Amino acid sequence: MDVVELSRLQFAITALYHFLFVPLTIGLSVLLGIMETVYVMTGRAIWRDLVKFWGTLFGINFAMGVATGITMEFQFGTNWAYYSHYVGDVFGAPLALEGLIAFFLEATFVGLFFFGWERLSKVEHLIVTWLVAIGTNFSALWILIANGWMQFPVGARFNAETMRMEVSDFMAVLFNPVAQAKFVHTVSAGYVVGSVFVLAVSAFYLLRGSHAPIAKRSMTVAASFGLASALSVVVLGDESGYTAGQNQKMKIAAIEAMWHTEPAPASFTLFGLPNMKDRRTEYEIKVPWVLGLIVTRSVDQSVPGIDEMVARAKERIKSGLIAYDALDRLRRDRGNARLRATLDAHAADLGYALLLKRFRPDVTSATPDEIARAAQSTIPDVPVLFWSFRLMVAIGFWLIALFALSFWLSATRQLDRWRPYLWAALLSLPLPWLAAELGWVVAEYGRQPWAIEGVLPTFLAVSSRTATDVTLSLLGFVLFYSALLAVDVFLLVKYVRLGPAPGHAKEEAA
Amino acid sequence: MDYEILRLVWWLLTGVLLAAFAATDGYDLGMAALLPFVAKTDEERRAAINSVGATWEGSQVWLILGGGAIFAAWPPLYAGAFSGFYFAMLLVLWALILRPVGFKFRGKVDDPRWRNVWDWALFVSGFVPALVFGVAFGNLFLGVRFGFDADLRFHSEITLFSLLSPFALLVGLVSLSMLVLHGAAWLLYKTTGPVAARASRVMPYAAAVYAALFTAAGFWLVNLDGARVTSVVDPNGPSNPLLKTVATVPGAWLANAYAHPSLWLLPLGALVAAGLAVRLRARPLRAFLASALVPIFTIATAGSALFPFLLFSSSEPGMSLTVWDASSSKLTLGIMLGAAAIFLPLIVAYTGWVYRVMRGPVDSVY
Repeated sequence: MDVVELSRLQFAITALYHFLFVPLTIGLSVLLGIMETVYVMTGRAIWRDLVKFWGTLFGINFAMGVATGITMEFQFGTNWAYYSHYVGDVFGAPLALEGLIAFFLEATFVGLFFFGWERLSKVEHLIVTWLVAIGTNFSALWILIANGWMQFPVGARFNAETMRMEVSDFMAVLFNPVAQAKFVHTVSAGYVVGSVFVLAVSAFYLLRGSHAPIAKRSMTVAASFGLASALSVVVLGDESGYTAGQNQKMKIAAIEAMWHTEPAPASFTLFGLPNMKDRRTEYEIKVPWVLGLIVTRSVDQSVPGIDEMVARAKERIKSGLIAYDALDRLRRDRGNARLRATLDAHAADLGYALLLKRFRPDVTSATPDEIARAAQSTIPDVPVLFWSFRLMVAIGFWLIALFALSFWLSATRQLDRWRPYLWAALLSLPLPWLAAELGWVVAEYGRQPWAIEGVLPTFLAVSSRTATDVTLSLLGFVLFYSALLAVDVFLLVKYVRLGPAPGHAKEEAA
Repeated sequence: MDYEILRLVWWLLTGVLLAAFAATDGYDLGMAALLPFVAKTDEERRAAINSVGATWEGSQVWLILGGGAIFAAWPPLYAGAFSGFYFAMLLVLWALILRPVGFKFRGKVDDPRWRNVWDWALFVSGFVPALVFGVAFGNLFLGVRFGFDADLRFHSEITLFSLLSPFALLVGLVSLSMLVLHGAAWLLYKTTGPVAARASRVMPYAAAVYAALFTAAGFWLVNLDGARVTSVVDPNGPSNPLLKTVATVPGAWLANAYAHPSLWLLPLGALVAAGLAVRLRARPLRAFLASALVPIFTIATAGSALFPFLLFSSSEPGMSLTVWDASSSKLTLGIMLGAAAIFLPLIVAYTGWVYRVMRGPVDSVY
């Protein structure tokens, strides 16, 4: 593997690993806030035991999330140096603001959450818990503003003098519709992960016949919060689909394995076997109208297929080459206003010309065949996207059903009556994680070949390190992370088995 | 505000963030590096760890914020320093990963072997970053071999071993002894009994080593090749490091101090603060506050000596990164400054509240 593939693999592994812990932190932080609110309002000690028990598991998970999050920040610099140079002016700002506004809040108060039980009043401690939850959620907002910009790079323009993208409209970056849709979709997914975790662990206790009072109360909270969250994940995932349909048409086409443009109203492919080589999808089962409704919110607009998007990419490459040529001349003739005007007119397509760098360094002398191949390279991996998306959605609907059932059982006080239900809740434990990771696969693998959609190809974004360097670091991460995961799971299992016990506060201290 | 002023303010602010990191999380690192030596029994170690338990997580964010600020305000520096110092960065990263898990996991299993393993993991998590940050600073003075192509793609010939020269290691030890002093001062202030007594005994040695090595590093600079910009500098110019010429001149890193003699107060302040930390041990809080000034003055000394250079290229001096040609755009610097002006005071306020809640000595149950 070359340095690009290795760097991508390392980023994918460390990011997916990080996201094992993030959604649980997001979900549990809010659930802890809810449980502690009930404690403060009712004054019943059992709710305090609930907060302390789930808080212990939250703490183990939180440590892993923080530890693996530093990797993500470092990695943009260590492995994606050209990316950092090229878009740091835009992308760096939300990352820095995340630290300044959100992570500082979360990290400062999480210490008091564990160490402050004896030193704070009830209400003060409740406020601390909610500040942790707010910090955690805002943290996700800033990260998704940064990520949203990678999908839909608004509010920035290319500066020839500094050879990079620079902010032109910060409000546009901040209120990027893709970022907003992603934020609500992602935090809702986090709430679902937290709720399923609470639900499954509680079901485990009920199956074992232990800790029933705490388990039932936990399930009640998780069922209602989880149901609302699971519904919002789907609704807001649909919003994500709509915004992606406005901007990342290639991604939509690939998710649908839709080779040819669908006339309005476009139908949704429920099942099929995408074939990359022959560019067609076998054994399709289609549902009429649904895709058009999701992507265009209309019945009279068509949805472009992969072939049409490749044809559009070809045109943009040609336009990009004009920009690239002007930029090249500007380097020798910095004051030339005519060249600058040409560059500005075609700057939006400059990234497409950079796709040709995969085939030759002097892209302006690219052959028509190379241009065609570069246009082809804008197609992401169709079968992976097709299946990841469908599996994610299927899990989403299953979890809605599970939460709806839980909600009804808890409302009618029958949570411990049906063992098959408890088993279903327990066995569903890994599903929300799987869905969340698949969601990232769709979002980021579906963004390929771009690091920044339409602006910077991934293969240009890497650092100038050797493949050996990255192989070594990748190996280091795999070994180190595997060991940590083993310890983390061991501890979680140990504390779940141990169950809620009075006096958890002292154990929090070392 | 002009671009020039914004760049200057961000240079100062970046220094403030790094100094805040060293003054707060610095004692956590120093404590961890001392842990196996000043705390012998499980009881003592728990007390030492609990002393930072409630606050270290917030302190670490100064580093994360410093990194984010460099990304947002100095993108070329972020790209160059992180990818150039690749394995050094990964060493720091992996050591820092051990910290949250070490603090959180250690007490979760009641078994001496388990706890001993995590104690040594915590030692590594303090010792390695404290040393490597210093080594990195040393290399800022020595310069590293890097350049840019016409697309401003950074390329370098830096390996982990090329970073480990005698001068860089010396600066690494300056950093280590400084943070050990600071960690010991914290333990003296925050713990009682044998841990505090041992920490107190460590302090004079740490301070002496620090003072000797810091002074030696200063004398080393007299003949060390530094950098000087030889072309006309436009402080409002574009952030493109290819538009200037730079000469390599022996002793150039002392030029700022010769031109502005008041800058000598910075290294002097560092030495005096280290001495005061030792002298004031009978009043632990004051000793701790004095030791917090040591990293602040030390970073200020290094930054003011290097100014306006951020990353000096020994192979292509003209492509070195400076305050004037390695920043982000004026708009980004302005927006980020606005955000910092609002949120930094807030952070200081609520962090102060947390310290107030957690004030007073701790023990093994805390």
